Amino acid sequence: MLAYALRRLFLAVPLLIGITFVSFLVIHLAPGDPAEMQTGDVPAEAKRAYEQLRKEFGLDQPLPVQYWNWLKRLVRLDFGKSFAPHGRPVLTMIGERLPITLLLNVVEMLIIVALAVPIGVLSATRQYSTFDKVTTVFVFIGFATPDFWLALLLMILFGIQLGWLPISGLRSMNWEYMSFWQQQWDFLSHLALPILVATFGGLAGFSRYMRQSMLEVIRQDYIQSARAKGLAERVVVGKHALRNALLPIVTILGLSLPGLIGGSVIVEWIFAIPGMGQLMVQAAFERDYPVLMGNLVIVSTLTLFANLAADLAYSLVDPRIRVSRRRR
Amino acid sequence: MARRSLARLGAVLALLGLAAGCTGEAAVTEGQTGANTPAYGDTLIEASIGNVSSLIPNITSDQASRDVGTYMYNGLVTLGRDLEIAPELATSWAFSKDCLTLEFKLHPGVRWHDGAPFTADDVVFTYETTVDPKTPSPYRSDYQDVERVEAIDPHTVRVTYKKPYAKALLSWAMSMMPKHLLEPYVKTGKLRDAPQNWTAPVGTGPYRFKEMKSGEKVVVVANQDYFKGRPNISRIVYRIIPSQATIFLELKARGVDVAGLTALQYKRQTEYPAFQKAYNKFRYPGSGYTYLGFNLKDPRFADRRVRLAIAHAINKQELLDGVVLGLGREATGPFRPGTWADNPNVKGVPYDLKKAAALLAEAGWKTRNPEGLLVKDGKPFTFELLTNQGNDERKKIAEIVQASLRDLGIGVDIRILEWAALLKEHVKKRSFDAMILGWGTGADPDQYVVWHSSQTGPDELNHISYKNPEVDALLEAGRSSCVQADRTRFYHRLHEVLAEDQPLVFLYWRDVMPAVSSRIFGVNPGAAGIKWNQDEWFVPKYLHRYTAG
Repeated sequence: MLAYALRRLFLAVPLLIGITFVSFLVIHLAPGDPAEMQTGDVPAEAKRAYEQLRKEFGLDQPLPVQYWNWLKRLVRLDFGKSFAPHGRPVLTMIGERLPITLLLNVVEMLIIVALAVPIGVLSATRQYSTFDKVTTVFVFIGFATPDFWLALLLMILFGIQLGWLPISGLRSMNWEYMSFWQQQWDFLSHLALPILVATFGGLAGFSRYMRQSMLEVIRQDYIQSARAKGLAERVVVGKHALRNALLPIVTILGLSLPGLIGGSVIVEWIFAIPGMGQLMVQAAFERDYPVLMGNLVIVSTLTLFANLAADLAYSLVDPRIRVSRRRR
Repeated sequence: MARRSLARLGAVLALLGLAAGCTGEAAVTEGQTGANTPAYGDTLIEASIGNVSSLIPNITSDQASRDVGTYMYNGLVTLGRDLEIAPELATSWAFSKDCLTLEFKLHPGVRWHDGAPFTADDVVFTYETTVDPKTPSPYRSDYQDVERVEAIDPHTVRVTYKKPYAKALLSWAMSMMPKHLLEPYVKTGKLRDAPQNWTAPVGTGPYRFKEMKSGEKVVVVANQDYFKGRPNISRIVYRIIPSQATIFLELKARGVDVAGLTALQYKRQTEYPAFQKAYNKFRYPGSGYTYLGFNLKDPRFADRRVRLAIAHAINKQELLDGVVLGLGREATGPFRPGTWADNPNVKGVPYDLKKAAALLAEAGWKTRNPEGLLVKDGKPFTFELLTNQGNDERKKIAEIVQASLRDLGIGVDIRILEWAALLKEHVKKRSFDAMILGWGTGADPDQYVVWHSSQTGPDELNHISYKNPEVDALLEAGRSSCVQADRTRFYHRLHEVLAEDQPLVFLYWRDVMPAVSSRIFGVNPGAAGIKWNQDEWFVPKYLHRYTAG
């Protein structure tokens, strides 16, 4: 087990380097560079400023040299400084954006799991019932609804027509003058709509996976024998079937981990939430290479780890996997 | 200075339009009234789609940083309502007869936000910083003709130029930077690392920095010791809202106090009583015009009569109505309406199909072929009209031009190209017949780079290859004089010449349409927009909505 984990970990290193190399290449292939973005295209006069910025950013060097320098810094965990005029360290920038994105996505994920598992189980055990049909329709609506559209509709309904919830941002403009509890309430009410929108889309997928997985399990022979033993249906479904049906969900959850950090670009964009998603998009528009690469490294490292963790967890919960590996 | 009306300029313009938002809960409940007199207090909430990239405006070129910079910093001069140059940190200035020296008298008793006095040394420092090769400033070229800048005494600065430079005065609208705080950073080329760049900016402006939440907002509060007197509105929250749709919804919910409207929003989506009560809508010409440009190397278009005929054949009012719902004004030349360089006596080319046909006949385009196209020397009159992708307005214009010219016997093929391809393959190589594009104009009317015959190279901006000795002479005279009365004469004449010659068909100036919360008084829109007198805006006491200092 330990050897397996170590080997996987060891293999992850070249993979990570490969990912960064390809990303680096692709990012630099995009037309336009940060120096151009900042000096504008006022003719001739801007030429000098442009050349100088390129030099300052190290963009005048050949691409392999740039990559090597970047990699050398990365080994020392130096993510570099942003190319934007404020020139702040990439880690600081990510640090101030991460908490809100994490908060949003963790809450969203918890709600999704809490709702998707019972919905999936119920619609699987009562396949083709009214409940199953209704949730199926609901789920497909959820799949088909674009985030931004739903967000705008909800903003109009709750923000303008009813006036119950704030439309965008994280805090009201007079937040400093509120009492402690008012501040908490204010913050929560700002999160309500973004979480609702994000949950709606995610719920659809997850409850479908759960239903599918459950359907497969309850057709197995051991479920049949559990029933034959005379166990209560509640125990059959809740204990014997559910545990097994949860296996694939563990994998999917693991794979969703990087998404917790990558952020949901559209939700952050439309609700004006200063999180990781917005940071990435902004950096992409400005060709802010260090921020882009920093973000990418963090997200891809997490993806690799999450993958690994999911595999390990899988082998822990599923004896068949452990056994087959030993045999090999 | 004219800038290429790129997609990017389009973005800047959009930003300009949007960079205003306020939390106008103008909750004028019935019976609650008071005098509409200036009072201190309340908060103004603006919205911007762009992020602030630095708090030292001298090293940035984006609109959001510039907006926030204007709150905290001052230049020696500033721009007034009609883009005229007005005193700010300098109380007065004088050019020498030969325009080579410029002397500023500084406002006495001005203090930086940290209490240190502002002196002539700071002006010299700002100049030296800007031209220092170690400073990443996009404004260095403003000072390329400066020979030296000296502090004569603490309140007098003398600038000596190598040659007369018309934009000399305007270049001193640059934000002044505090020498006592920034000098060590500038010397080592680490201006970006200075705390003033992000966490603790210090200027002389009407507002002091309060807090900044990256990607969320910048908050500034009134500077009690502002040398022009404390601004009325106590606090400004500059919110970053990246989605335009969200800004409009916030506006409807009265969550922002100032925001730009699109033509559709202005005309159709804000015409209901609640909105009209909560906001005042303003309208004034923007800084860019749209034109139909010809390749003057093409012998057909080199003939003035043909260009004039095409100008006569386009109904500009119909164009305005169809394309921007009438929210713009006909362009007669390249100077922003209402500014000093604009010659109000120049009239546009009227819509007159008969005259157009007569002019074409005079130019030799008389007979028509079976398809109804005019023919000369056996060739029908057809040309390709290019414009860039993603600009719906320009696409519509192209279609209207196509329909209008069809009646006249000219066939137009429209081709819409991605911006970079249009620029690289056609505009720069001068391989086009005609195109619909736009020009943005700056605060100074000098447009040497657009119209002068020396500027026709591939990377230069005289795309249409226009060559006119009188225009050249006027442009040269205009940019080398420092006397505004003379420059006005040159530009008024230039405006006339361009209108007569129609090197391109000037179509229209699009309007900018901000909505400002009705609880805010003192907004006075002009060519400079609405924000030029923002420190004079006020909210009468009985309309205050937010608690603020």
